[in-house]
Amino acid sequence: MPGEQRGDRRPLYTAVAGLGLAAAGIGFAALQRSKRKKRAEPISDAPHWTLEKQGSRALFGKSLLINRPKEALFAAWTVERFPEFMENVVTVEPLGDGVSRWTVKAPAGRKVTLVNRITRVIPGEAISWQSEPESDIANSGEVRFDDAPGGRGTYVHLILAYEPPGRALGRLGAKLLQREPEVQARRDLHRFKQLMETGEVTTNAGPSARASEHPAKSHI
Amino acid sequence: MRAVTWQGRHKVSVETVPDPEIVNPRDAILRVTSTAICGSDLHLYDRYIPGMRAGDVLGHEFMGEVVDTGAASTLEKGQRVVVPFTISCGQCFFCERQLYSACDNANPSETRDASDVMMGHAMGAAFGYAHLTGGYAGGQAEYVRVPYSDVGPVVIPEDLADDDVLFLSDILPTGWQAALNADIEPGDTVAIWGCGPVGLFTIQSALLLGAARVIAIDHFPTRLALARKYGAEVLDYREVDVREALDEMTGGIGPDACIDCVGMESHGFTLDNVVDQVKAKFYLATERPHALRQAILACRKGGRLSIPGVYGGFADKFPLGQLMEKGLTVKSGQTHVQRYTGELLRMIREGKFDTVSLISHHASLEDAADMYRHWHDEQNLYTKIVLKPGMARGTVRAVQAMEQA
Repeated sequence: MPGEQRGDRRPLYTAVAGLGLAAAGIGFAALQRSKRKKRAEPISDAPHWTLEKQGSRALFGKSLLINRPKEALFAAWTVERFPEFMENVVTVEPLGDGVSRWTVKAPAGRKVTLVNRITRVIPGEAISWQSEPESDIANSGEVRFDDAPGGRGTYVHLILAYEPPGRALGRLGAKLLQREPEVQARRDLHRFKQLMETGEVTTNAGPSARASEHPAKSHI
Repeated sequence: MRAVTWQGRHKVSVETVPDPEIVNPRDAILRVTSTAICGSDLHLYDRYIPGMRAGDVLGHEFMGEVVDTGAASTLEKGQRVVVPFTISCGQCFFCERQLYSACDNANPSETRDASDVMMGHAMGAAFGYAHLTGGYAGGQAEYVRVPYSDVGPVVIPEDLADDDVLFLSDILPTGWQAALNADIEPGDTVAIWGCGPVGLFTIQSALLLGAARVIAIDHFPTRLALARKYGAEVLDYREVDVREALDEMTGGIGPDACIDCVGMESHGFTLDNVVDQVKAKFYLATERPHALRQAILACRKGGRLSIPGVYGGFADKFPLGQLMEKGLTVKSGQTHVQRYTGELLRMIREGKFDTVSLISHHASLEDAADMYRHWHDEQNLYTKIVLKPGMARGTVRAVQAMEQA
């Protein structure tokens, strides 16, 4: 029957149409990308870390509203207090002259050593740093404390750039293992917010019927 | 201790698990004296909510006696308290504005990411309700850890029984907020879809807030009878075309405010297979998603729509044009329990709410698996179940013997 024949061909037509759409989509994306590259200056007023996504360095920023004055937050952002809210930081060892050696947890139970130099401090406002050549991972960053409008407290911006070991694939792998710096920094910043607003780092520690967990330890 | 644990779809078991411990300075530990099974526990039982893990302790409606306190807790050992299901720090942007269920600190760093991606912003936290909302152990157990115990728990005077006040934990403030969100004005006719425990408290609240008339919609005779007992006119949607009846009862203009106390029981999430599963439920399983659509079409022009019912993801065939063209105002959200508990406790003492007659059964915590099954399968007979850790196994007290409507 003709109907049956048409029925047999239909998947083929669908596949061809689908491929065509996919090709058009890829072409459109490529065109958009080339257009973006040609543009010299961005028009957007967005923060620079949301605009500069290209390049081999991973760049990201995370901003959080913290319901405390910026002076209090700046004062609490000290090497001594980092272990309270930076879950991945094992030790921070001051080497003098604004240089410190960080031991940080990495994927698969490994550890990496970062050697960073503080390059600029604006009291009450911002701290910037840059890695030294002997650092395992080249990185730079800034933490900034801005007054939020309407007496809401402070916008804390944590901006971080680094050369991902293994490039994009390595970064994806680290993300899946929950040890990627962006994931870690975002979570650490939230812990900082919890500590500053509530006086404690939030935990879901509690009993479960899973033998692997302890009632006094956080779990995912 | 003994605790009710989620083990998988339609699988709940009572297990021996470690006792909770004080972890943070603001914590308290309660010995649970009463804990209810909530309609939203059925979403977990049916596995509509992802982020449950086998072994999770269930329960977000509970009260008990303080047995241990952290250094910064304001509670004292021996106090009886009811605990709001929403965990709220009291100090963030949201808590300062009394948007307690949106607390930005209670959902821990480790569990925020999933709902951050799914909802656009991380959800708040609740007891015993999946890892999307923090993965906290619940209160259907002998003991429970209560974070931020200086903010949430409501100290209960000795002369009030557990049954009088237990529902301050969730369903009473949820019904109250549902009615507040309907911005009721004198002379209003309010239509309420769903006569489950939240719907029943919404009926009482709407009348207390000045509604001239409440029309409640369901199909379980026992629940309709309770709705009528609390002062509503009732519609059994198996007997009538609800929209026609509502129009004919309001001179053709429709109810001034419509409240959806049903929820979808369907949660569309990012994974395609989950979405497909949800769609299957949408088109085939029940008329439940129908309630919200029907409420929008039934509501009068310029009316108000309040949605306390739980929704989780993306809705299909949503009457957006109708919502816009009719100029409806929509209010929704999880309940900001801590905002209302003081006022509602006072109203309970003044006898303004009937918080007891909707309880159909008291049972031992040990019998929780059976009780979940009944709650799921026999919604006409089981209108509210309260579990008691102290009761002997096999003791079930059927409190209510309602006549059929």
